[in-house]
Amino acid sequence: MAGDIVQITALSLLVSGTSTLVATLIAVPVGTLLGLREVGSGRLLRNILFTLYGLPPVLAGLLVFLVLSKAGPLGPLRLLYTPLGMVIAQVVIVTPIILGITMSVVSTVERRVKDTAFVLGADRYQLSVTVLREAAAGVLTAIMVGFGRAISEVGAVFIVGGHIEGQTQVLTTTIITDIGQAEYSHAVALGVILLVIAALIYSLLYRLQERTLA
Amino acid sequence: MTMSLAASGLVKSFGARTVLEGIDLRVEPGEIFAIVGPSGAGKTTLLRCVDFLLRPEAGTILYDDAVAPSDLAARIALRRRVGMVAQNPFLFRGTAAYNVSFGLCIRDVEGEELTRRTADALQGVGMAHLAGARASVLSAGEAQRVAFARAAVVRPDLLLLDEFTVNLDPSNVNILEAAVREYNRSTGATVVLVTHNMFQAKRLAGRVALLLEGRIVEVGPVEEFFENPRDPRTRAFVRGEFAY
Repeated sequence: MAGDIVQITALSLLVSGTSTLVATLIAVPVGTLLGLREVGSGRLLRNILFTLYGLPPVLAGLLVFLVLSKAGPLGPLRLLYTPLGMVIAQVVIVTPIILGITMSVVSTVERRVKDTAFVLGADRYQLSVTVLREAAAGVLTAIMVGFGRAISEVGAVFIVGGHIEGQTQVLTTTIITDIGQAEYSHAVALGVILLVIAALIYSLLYRLQERTLA
Repeated sequence: MTMSLAASGLVKSFGARTVLEGIDLRVEPGEIFAIVGPSGAGKTTLLRCVDFLLRPEAGTILYDDAVAPSDLAARIALRRRVGMVAQNPFLFRGTAAYNVSFGLCIRDVEGEELTRRTADALQGVGMAHLAGARASVLSAGEAQRVAFARAAVVRPDLLLLDEFTVNLDPSNVNILEAAVREYNRSTGATVVLVTHNMFQAKRLAGRVALLLEGRIVEVGPVEEFFENPRDPRTRAFVRGEFAY
């Protein structure tokens, strides 16, 4: 019992951590570039992003399932019912969230930050890095929200991962199946672990956020 | 290193309001040149056009008798020869030393040279003891001194000062004015100072121009400008008859 809890917890952290990391690597640079564009430009792209913001995880799971299934375009890669497939599903869900918040945070950074860096001789890349540094606390919030969505997500990982014992079981999907099998104490134990993980990671990010604001 | 600056027929509008109505001006290499005028005359807009922050609708600006190149790398190189200190400078999150070293870092200055030049620049404005202080805890005067050090440390050939001591106490004003003189003397750089403080223009500049309602009214050596102005509007300004 204890062994399977450790394995399930480790896989949850691995899948959610990896998907948040990949989403961050995609979303932060793109969100910064979009946030630096003048108001009005790229409005269609912004609208699409904000729509994806509210993408239901079950729908995201279904789409990734279709893409990864045997008949789908990525079927030959055999990623369905694997942790990597679950990571892909979560990246699809988390990327728009981190991207949207980063874009909002960067676009609200004071005009004076951009002007000051420009006047001091910054090129386009250096200017983006400077704005991102000033917006660091907000970007950390975006990553926190993204991780929160990933670790608590159940629908997509259930569809894409298949909840296979010893292979693709994560905390949230196991809680759901435990409830179905009336294994309430096991479900509660996993719920507490989920809560502790969230608290530990949020307190770590909160400290980082405080340091960037200093 | 130094730089000449010339503007001809410079026009800049914001919506229906024309702020610069055909500015003609020449600043010689190495001089301290003051542009005085009441608030709203277009002084800051002129400096922002010179420093590439605003694009004029008409007219030309010549840097060392040449227009700014359209090639991106050459344009950045030119921008890096022009520095500016704003009226209410923005300091980046971090220490005073971080702020001063910013321009050096983006020019790939590193190691011992970075440390030495940052320390020297802070020393030059009496801020060495606050090198490690966070920008957010500095007073207005201290912040302005850091902003000046940040602009001067990269040794621009043309330094633009936009009401850089407004609202500061006499002690900070003295420190900053001394730093401007020393910068001009030691580097030979051109300094263009925008102010509505006639006393500061007298103390610092060799030549002065009056900017009024988007036009240059009169340009002359500092003594002549204040003691024997030719234009009646300059006489009125010097006597303090303009409300601002």
